[in-house]
This record gives sequence, C-alpha cells and structure tokens, in this order.
Amino acid sequence: MSILINKDTKVITQGMTGKVGQFHTFHCKSYANGANCFVAGVNPKKAGEDFEGIPVYASVLDAKKATGATVSVIYVPPSGAAAAIDEAVEADLDLVICITEGIPVHDMVKTRYKMQGKKTILIGPNCPGLITPDEIKIGIMPGHIHKKGRIGVVSRSGTLTYEAVGQLSALGMGQSSCVGIGGDPINGLKHIDVMRMFNDDPETDAVIMVGEIGGSDEEECARWIKANMKKPVVGFIAGVTAPPGKRMGHAGAIISGGQGGANEKLAVMEECGIHITRNPAEMGRMMQKILKG
Amino acid sequence: MKIHEYQGKEILREFGVPTPRGEACFSVDEAVAAATKLGGKVWVVKAQIHAGGRGKGGGVKVAKSLDEVRQFAGQILGMHLITHQTGPEGQVVRRLLIEEGAQIAKELYVGMVVDRVSQRVALLASSEGGMEIEEVAKHNPEKIHTVRIDPVTGLEAAEASRVARAIGVPDAANAEAVQILQGLYRAFVEKDAMLAEINPLVITADNHAIALDAKFNFDSNALYRRPEIVAMRDLDEEDPAEIEASKFDLAYIQLDGNIGCLVNGAGLAMATMDIIKLYGGSPANFLDVGGGANKEKVTEAFKLMLKNPNLKAILVNIFGGIMKCDVIAEGVVAAAREVSLKVPLVVRLEGTNVELGKKILAESGLPIISGNDMADAAQKVVAAAGGQK
Repeated sequence: MSILINKDTKVITQGMTGKVGQFHTFHCKSYANGANCFVAGVNPKKAGEDFEGIPVYASVLDAKKATGATVSVIYVPPSGAAAAIDEAVEADLDLVICITEGIPVHDMVKTRYKMQGKKTILIGPNCPGLITPDEIKIGIMPGHIHKKGRIGVVSRSGTLTYEAVGQLSALGMGQSSCVGIGGDPINGLKHIDVMRMFNDDPETDAVIMVGEIGGSDEEECARWIKANMKKPVVGFIAGVTAPPGKRMGHAGAIISGGQGGANEKLAVMEECGIHITRNPAEMGRMMQKILKG
Repeated sequence: MKIHEYQGKEILREFGVPTPRGEACFSVDEAVAAATKLGGKVWVVKAQIHAGGRGKGGGVKVAKSLDEVRQFAGQILGMHLITHQTGPEGQVVRRLLIEEGAQIAKELYVGMVVDRVSQRVALLASSEGGMEIEEVAKHNPEKIHTVRIDPVTGLEAAEASRVARAIGVPDAANAEAVQILQGLYRAFVEKDAMLAEINPLVITADNHAIALDAKFNFDSNALYRRPEIVAMRDLDEEDPAEIEASKFDLAYIQLDGNIGCLVNGAGLAMATMDIIKLYGGSPANFLDVGGGANKEKVTEAFKLMLKNPNLKAILVNIFGGIMKCDVIAEGVVAAAREVSLKVPLVVRLEGTNVELGKKILAESGLPIISGNDMADAAQKVVAAAGGQK
C-alpha cells in the first residue's frame, strides 16, 4: 500500500502541452505503470489533439468525464496556476498536485479560501510532486533514485528530498511514498497531514520528515507526533545558518519577526520524540540505526 | 521587494489613508525648498533608507526653522546611517522626506501580514506604537489584537471600528481610524504586499488619526503585474551581488564566511551551508542555481562568488535528477576555465549519469577535488579553505 496515489490512479495533466509539461509528462508516463495512469491533458485551445498518445481535453471536467480520472497535476505558468487549481477543485477531483513555482501569494489566499468545504486535497504549489515507487510518479523527481519499500518521506524541498531518498535507497531502505509539500508560505497539505496518512498506512514503518526555516508547520507536526504517532520519525531542518529576514530561495523559507528559525524547530521536534539529526548527510543512517533498534 | 517610506505614503494616500503632507528630496536645497513650500513652523527631516530604526540612528530630526531644515538635511544626506537592521557598516542616505510636523497625543501600531496558519491576511493592531511589534509580541502579547480577514468580505467597518477602540483610538477619531484600516487592507491586497506597517499610527492633539510612517514589502512573485511597484524599486538599497544574481535567475544571498556554495534547489542549498558549518567551516553565500543549471548559469554563479574578497574555496553540490550529471560537469569545467579559477574547488555530484560526470571532472586537467557524498565534500572544502575556524 501507499498514501494518496498508487498504480491504479488516473491522472489529468494541466499544462501538459507546454515545454515543461511535455518534458515531465513524458518521464512520468515512462515510469512504472505511468502509461496506464496518465490518461488526459487539458488545454482549451488544443482539445481533440494528443501528446504522446495522451488525449487533450478542453477542461478538467471534460477530461474527468471522459477518463474517470480523479487526480490532476499542474505545470501551468504562475499567472494562471491558481485558476488551474480552482478548476480542478470545481471539477471535484480528489487530489491536485501543483508543481508551479512563483504563484502570487494573494492568489493562493483566494484559492485556499475557495477550497474550504470542498473534497479536493491540494499538494504544493512549488513542490516536486509525489511518488509511490515502482507504481506511479506524479511530478518532477527523478524516478530511478527511488526504491520500493516501507519508509515514508515528507519534505518542503525538492532536491533535499532526493538527497534523503538517495541515502535511504543506497542503504537498502525503500520508500512507501514520498511527498513534496512545497516551499510556498500558503500551500495545501502540511507535514502534519501527510504524517497522519503515514501513521495510518499499514505498509509504512517509519518516516523521514524534512523541514526548513519559516512558519511553524514543523512544530505543529511535532506536537501531533508526540501525542499520536505510532512509528519512529527522523527529522532534519534546513537553514540553521540562514540569516533572519532573508528569503532563502523558497518564498516560504524566511525567518521573520523572530519566528521560524531552524534551531527553535529542532528543539521542539527533539522534545516531541523525533530523532533529529543536524547533519543532512546522516538522514539515512539515522533511520537505519533506529530500525535496527 | 521593499520601498521607501515616502513611496509607501504615496500608496496609502491613493487608498484614502491620511498622512502628513511631505515631499521627497535628493539635496539640501530641495529640502529647504520643500519646507518653504509646505509652510508652517515645524518640519521633520527623515532619512529614507529601507531599514527600520532610523530615528534611534540619528536619521530623523525635528526642525523648528528653515535654517535647521538646512542644517539637518546637510547632516543626514550622505551619512552612513547605522540601525539594528543595516549591519555595522550602515546604509548611505541618498533621499530625504521633508514633512510637516504633527502634534502627537498617542502613538499606536497597525500592520498586515499574510498569516501562514490561517492562510488569510491578518491585521495586527496594538496600543504600543513606535515599538517593534516583535518586542510587543515577546513581552506584552495580550496587547496585540489580531483579525484574520475573510478574503471575500474584506475588512468590514464594524470589525475595524472594534479594533480601533481596542487599541485606544478615541471615539472622535474612530471613523478616521476605520478609514485607515480599510485603506491599508485594500492597499495590501490590491498591490500584492507581503507585509505592511503603519508604525506609528498617530492620534493628534486635535483627535485626528494619521499614518506617520509607512513600511511595505511586496511579493516578488506578483511584480509581473505591478509595474507601478517595480518603478519604485531603489537599487541603491539592495545588495549589488543579489541584483546581479537576479539578472541570471539565480537566488543568491551573501553571508560572512569564506566557502562559496553552488547548489541546485533551495532546501539542499541551505542544507549545504549547514553541513559546512557543522564541519567547522563558514559559508560565504547561499546560491541556488535552480533546476536548469547550464554552463552559462554556472559561469555566472562562479563570477558572483569570486567577487567576494573573503572567498577561500568553493563547494559545488548538485543532486542531478532530471538534470544530468555529465551536463553539469561539463558546465562546471567550462565555467572554471572561463573564470580561470584560482581557489580550490570541491565538487559533489549525485544522480543521473554520475559516473560519466565524475569522469569529465577527472579528465579536465583542472585541480578539482571530488567529494563522494555531502559529508565528504563538506569536510574536504572546509580543509581546502584552511581548516576549522
């Protein structure tokens, strides 16, 4: 098993016909069961055409009706990406994954408001996507570094997630699912939401949680872990050396008003029983040590 | 993106927020002319830099004659104004704001942020004007009133009125305070701000509410649709290296260490700085080359890092996923040749085609030190930079 997606998931790609969308759709389709998973693209101007044999529809709703897809992935450029999320939400999809980086924050405030009371779950924006190894990959992560197994990974960063996954795979520890929740200040699923899912997933034994400076989501997740989590968690926070008030690449990675510092986050996580490491090269070995008991 | 106080006040006025009358000036003569034009007997000469804490640093003076305006303008223009936000070298003052004086009876605070937890715009208001809100939050959190604003209805008058009363706005000035709060909210949303502060919001002796200061920080992701905000950008207030980096779509932040880092991805870039520190070194910069690092980008990144006189060594840490390691290795070799690299270079590559990438580095004839993993690379670069400090 896995969380959120598996080999039977049917996916619509919004922004499939652009350069970025084409590139990643090709790689997603080539990964594991991708050829059966990526069933539709959306572009109102290109309805009726296809890309790599994947038919293009005029709208998300049309694509959903024609294919039965329940998930979408978005590569639409920043100025139209929030509207693309809105469209997927209005079509009542189960899950929408927004890869796009650079969406104006006020657009996301409005989009998140409209999502209240709707069933659609959002991952991202500004995220690498998610993968269930050997089944399905939705997003921009390199598929080949993953290995099927029983460790869950949740992270705000892209390449740092690959780093964690690479370490796990090299040590022979496969992954159940890996979820990139994204580096924006206003986003969908947070650490705590993904942690709940891993806790409930019978085929996940332990979780690596990768966070970074900014906000207080990691602390909130840590407190939930202390009260509820039945499985061991390894944690790392990037940005111990980041100066306050500077945006460190990600829109959400900023220490502001004396809040969101890495040391403060690590202290709360440690207090809550998470196995923290301050060395990003040690995430895999830390996990190995814990599982061997 | 930050702007100056006088620009912030222009925006506030556009949204119906009363401010003192004033004029931006670039010379002493302009300052005296502005004061003459404003009339009255008291003027405030205010240094315009992007950092806060200007008053304490000697950048804000009250003049009681035109001679004093001339004197203070002369003192402040060109000074290296040092505040807790500028760093020890200070910031050169190139612009002034000359304003009419105000009779202050009460100083209050109002601000807006995008609240990550509620995912809404939040209004913060406090009776403790003139102080930094972080200090109030630390010592008197009960004095901060927070309203999380519904994006459909906006900030409603009844709510704004309640907040105004809660922070001690007298009833006679309540209507004006409501206008200020609603105007600030509209400016915040319609101009794509990430942070806005009126500190202090002043109640005058004759019971008027006015914005005595204005601070804005805008969402850089939204600048494409805010040309009027981009026009307010003052490059003199920004780090030249960061401006240069932004031209090449590189995220770069200079730090005070001596080991340059070139990394793909923001999280891995921060983690790379952290691991350098962990092994006793000190990072010279944050640098995220993004997902599509090619030869041109890597070359520009090298040039940027090499402008830093403290630089002793460089660590390239790339997790090549979609981006192939052999392509990056070629980029690194070409860039190192083009800039005739003189400092030690440690490269750690991981991901697709990693063996091919390492081979390219080894056969380049350049003295590149290869790192096997992140920890190995970090230790090697710390040693190359002269060991632990």
